[in-house]
Amino acid sequence: MTLLRHTTPEIKPRKALTINPAKTCQPIGAMYAALGIRGCLPHSHGSQGCCAYHRSALTRHYKEPVMAGTSSFTEGSSVFGGQANLLQALENIFAIYEPDVVAVHTTCLSETIGDDIPQIVAKARQEGKVPDGKHVIYANTPSYVGSHVTGFANMVKGMVRGFAQKTGKKNGRVNLIPGYVEPADMAEIKHLAEALGVKSILFPDTSGVLNGPLTGQYSMFPEAGVTVDELKASGDAIGTLGLGEWASAEAARYLDSEFKVPCKILDLPIGLKATDRFVDTLRQLAGKSVPESINFERGQLVDVISDWHQYFYHKKVALAGDPDQIISLVEFLVTLDMWPVHIVTGTPGKRFEARIRELTADIPHEVNVKVEGDMFLLHQWIKQTPVDLLICNSYGKYIARDENIPLIRHGFPILDRMGHVYFPTVGYKGALRLCEKILDALLDKQDLTCPEHQVELQM
Amino acid sequence: MTTKPKKTVDPSVLKEEMLRKYPPKVARKRSKQILVNELDEQGHSQEIMSNVRTIPGIITQRGCTYAGCKGVVLGPTRDIVNITHGPIGCGFYSWLTRRNQTLPPTPESENYMPYCFSTDMGEHDIVFGGEKKLRQAVQEAFDAMNPKAIGIFSTCPVGLIGDDVHAVARDMKEKLGINVFAFSCEGYKGVSQSAGHHIANNQLFKHVIGLDDTPTEGKFKINLLGEYNIGGDAFELEELFTRCGITLVSTFSGNSSYDQFAKSHSADLNCVMCHRSINYVAEMIEKKFGAPWIKVNFIGGEATAKSLRRIAQYFGDKELIERVEAVIAEELPKVKAAAEEVLPTTEGKLAMLFVGGSRAHHYQELFHEMGMKTIAAGYEFAHRDDYEGRHVLPSVKVDADSRNIEELEVEADPARYRARKTPEELKALEDAGVEFKNYPGMMMEMESKTLIIDDINHYESEALIEKYKPAVFCAGIKEKYVVQKLGVPLKQLHNYDVGGPYAGFGGAANFYREIARLVSSKVWTYMKAPWEENPELSATYVWE
Ligand code: SF4
Ligand code: SF4
Repeated sequence: MTLLRHTTPEIKPRKALTINPAKTCQPIGAMYAALGIRGCLPHSHGSQGCCAYHRSALTRHYKEPVMAGTSSFTEGSSVFGGQANLLQALENIFAIYEPDVVAVHTTCLSETIGDDIPQIVAKARQEGKVPDGKHVIYANTPSYVGSHVTGFANMVKGMVRGFAQKTGKKNGRVNLIPGYVEPADMAEIKHLAEALGVKSILFPDTSGVLNGPLTGQYSMFPEAGVTVDELKASGDAIGTLGLGEWASAEAARYLDSEFKVPCKILDLPIGLKATDRFVDTLRQLAGKSVPESINFERGQLVDVISDWHQYFYHKKVALAGDPDQIISLVEFLVTLDMWPVHIVTGTPGKRFEARIRELTADIPHEVNVKVEGDMFLLHQWIKQTPVDLLICNSYGKYIARDENIPLIRHGFPILDRMGHVYFPTVGYKGALRLCEKILDALLDKQDLTCPEHQVELQM
Repeated sequence: MTTKPKKTVDPSVLKEEMLRKYPPKVARKRSKQILVNELDEQGHSQEIMSNVRTIPGIITQRGCTYAGCKGVVLGPTRDIVNITHGPIGCGFYSWLTRRNQTLPPTPESENYMPYCFSTDMGEHDIVFGGEKKLRQAVQEAFDAMNPKAIGIFSTCPVGLIGDDVHAVARDMKEKLGINVFAFSCEGYKGVSQSAGHHIANNQLFKHVIGLDDTPTEGKFKINLLGEYNIGGDAFELEELFTRCGITLVSTFSGNSSYDQFAKSHSADLNCVMCHRSINYVAEMIEKKFGAPWIKVNFIGGEATAKSLRRIAQYFGDKELIERVEAVIAEELPKVKAAAEEVLPTTEGKLAMLFVGGSRAHHYQELFHEMGMKTIAAGYEFAHRDDYEGRHVLPSVKVDADSRNIEELEVEADPARYRARKTPEELKALEDAGVEFKNYPGMMMEMESKTLIIDDINHYESEALIEKYKPAVFCAGIKEKYVVQKLGVPLKQLHNYDVGGPYAGFGGAANFYREIARLVSSKVWTYMKAPWEENPELSATYVWE
C-alpha cells in the first residue's frame, strides 16, 4: 500500500495546479517574525480564518503558545474595507492584552480590498485608540506574491521602518538579521557573535519566546525578543549582516539606504563554509580576532567530516524547502561529498537556480532544480531517479515511507518531531548536529535492511 | 497540583470580573454570551447570544467558512479531488491537519487525502481574474489523477474579484464527463466555520446526494451524519453497526467515499451526531426523500447504548433489538470496568470544555462517567439551538451574516420520496420516547450554576483557569500550550491530540485512560525546582 498512490513517475506539465506545495503564505512568516519582538502582539488584518490557520500551524511546529489578534472581517468589511475593524481591534487589543507593540500584517483579503494600513493606524492614534508610549508597526503581506519567507522579510523590514532611528552617533553595534530560522538558531547566532566579542542587535529574536519553559506561569509577553530600544538603535549601528537573501536582505538594504548603515548579505550560516564566511565577515566588520573557542568548534566539525566521510560520499539527496536554507544545505552536502540531485523550492526568486547550479556544477550527475516547484514534482523525480536521503519538512514523510528513503526533517513545518525547537542547525554546532542526523538516518537504514552477514558492529 | 478549586467560586461574580476589563461595547456583547446556567420551571434554559460576529481584536478560537466547508465536512472524503481556489496558504493549512483517517478498500482504490491541490493564485490572477487558471487547474487535476469527482473551494480573495467558480465547474463537468462542483465558501462569509458547514451541506445535496439509485442491500439501513473519523472513531462505529446487523449506507463524512454520498438517500434513518455541522443534510434528505432523522450520540458508554437502542427501536425488529441488546450486554460491562479503574484518579475533579459545535456537549458524558464534573462549557461556532434546543429555532433571529448563506428550497421528489413510517407508526414511536428531528441542546443537561460561554476567548479562558483550577481543559491546538503553561493539562477535542478512537464502547474506555493519564501525569509536579520550593540559603546541610 502506498500513501501517495496517485503519484506516477511520468511527469505531465502543469501550469495552473500546485500539488503538495513547498511553501505557504506570507502572513505566517510575518507573524513568526513579529513574535521575535519583546512585548509584541502580531495582528492579522483580514478574516479570522487566516489568523486561526497561522496560529495553529506555528503552534504545531513549536508546541508553544502563539498569540495573535485578527480583524475578523465579515462580508461587510470585504465590501466597505476593513478600517472600522482595525480601529476597533487596536482599541480592544491595547485595552485587554496590553502589549507594547502591535505588529499588523495584511492578508490576501485586505490586500485585494486595498486597505491603507498606515492611514488607518494614524487615524487610530488620532482617536486615542493607541495609548501613548505604545507602538503599531505594519507590513504588507499579500500571499498571492512570494511565500511565507517573503512575509517574514516584509515584517523584518516593517520593524526597522517602524523603529530605527538615527541620532548621528554610531553605537558600535552590529545588526544581525538571522533569517527565517528557528529560535535555537537565533540563539546560536548570538552565541557566535558573543564569542567574537561583537556587540550585536539581533532581530527578530524568537529564542526564549517560542522555546520557553514550563513553570506554571503564563505570560503572554515573555521576557525575550528584541526590544523596541534595540530596534531603535539599529539605525545607529556600524553595519548590518543580513543572513539569507530571501528573508533578510530587504531590511538590511532598507537600513543601508535610509540610515546609511552599510550592509552585507550572506548565506545562512548552515554548514562549514557558510559558517566560515559568517564568522570571517563578522570578525572583519567588528574588527575582532577569532577566539580559540570558535576555532575549536570548527575543528571538531572538520574532524567529524573526516571520521565519517565514507558514509557521506556520493550519497544522493533530494531536498525541498526555503531558498535560503536550501542554498546553504546544498553547499554543505557538496562539502561532505554528497550529491544533492533533486531540489525544489516553492518560493519564487530568480537567483535560486543559478546558485544551485553553481554549487552543484561538479556533480557528475544530472541535477533537477525547480523554483516554484512542489513536492509532487519532487516525488516524481525521486521515482525516476531514487535517492538515499530526503531532506524536507514533515510532509516529506509520506514520500519517505512510500519510497523507503530515510528522512531528515528540516524547515517549516515540522509537526512530528521535537529537536528543531531546541537544537540549532546553524554554526559549527549546528553543522555537527546535521552530520549526526544524516549519519543516524543513513546508518539506521543500513542496520535495519542490509543482509545479516553484513551487519557491522563498528561503523 | 492544580486539581482542587482554591475556594468556592461564585460564577456570577466571576462573570462580572471578566467583563470589567473590556471596553464597554465589548462588555455589553460578551455579557450576552456568558451565562450562569439556570433552567426555568419548564426545564428551558436562558437565551444565549451565539453565532454572532467575533469582535475584532479579540483572540478567538474560531476559524473561517472555508475551514468548515473544505476542512471539516469535505476533508474526510477520500476520493474527491478537492482543489482550493486561492493563494497558497488556505490550501496548505488544511492539508492533512485534521487527523481524519480513511481506509481505502483496496491498494488501488482512490485516496486523495494525502494530497493538497491548489491554484496558488498569483498577483496576475487577482488583478485579471482567476477563472482561466482554475479551468486549467481542473484539467490538470483530471489529467494527473483521473478522479470521478472534483470539488472547487473558494477562498476570500476569489469572492472579492468575482470569479464565477460555479460556471467553471459546470463547463468542466461537461467537458470532462465527471462530476465537478464548487463551493462558495469564502472565509469572510458568516461568522465562523459554521457557515462553511451549511455551504458544504447545500452543495453536497445539490450535486451528489441522490445521484445513484441502485438499491442498497440490507434490512436496517442508516446514515451516520456528523461523524468525521478523527483518530479512527468511524472505524469503531462501523464495526459496532456490523455486529448489530445495521447497514451503514454512508457516513458524512468520516471514512467516506463519493459513491456513499450518492446513494445516501436510500437509507431509512439518518442518525445525527454533530448536529451543528450536518443537520441541514438530515433535514433536506427527509424533505426530498422521506427518511427521518434522530439525534444520536456515540460518545460515552451509556450514550452509545442508548443510541443503539433508539435505532433498533425505530426499526422495531425483534431480532435487531435482541442483537443490539446482546452487543450492549457484552460491551457495556467492559466500559464500566474501565471507568471503575480510573475512578480513583478522576472522581470529583473538574473539567472545562470549549470546543466545536457538539463535542463540548457530547464529551460531558464521558467526564460524567468518570465521576468528573463539567464546571464550564461552550461552543466555538454553534447556534442557539445547539445550546438551548431546537425548540428555539422559530425565535432565532436571522442576522445579515446568516442571511447570505443560501437556504435551499427543497421539495419532495415526485418519484423517489418514500415515507418510511406511517403517521401512526411515527406517533407510536414518539410516544415510546423516540424523538425525531430534535436536539435538546447542551444547556438543559448541565447543572445549574455552571458557566456557559459562547465563543470563549483567550482572556476569558485564563480567568476561568485561574479561578477554578480545573483538572483538565478541553479545547484546540491554539489554546493547548497556553493552558499547559499554567500547569493544567489540555485535551484537544478537535483532533484528539494523537489519541482516539473515543467513540463507541471501545472509544469510551480509551478516553477514560487518556484523561486518567493527563490528570495524573507527574510532570505537573516538576514545575518548581527544589531551590524554588526552598529558597533559604542554608546550604551547610548539603555537606553533612
Ligand atoms: S493565502 Fe491568503 S487568504 Fe489564504 S490563509 Fe494565507 S493570507 Fe489567508
Ligand atoms: S483567506 Fe479566507 S478562506 Fe482563506 S483561510 Fe483566510 S479566512 Fe479562510
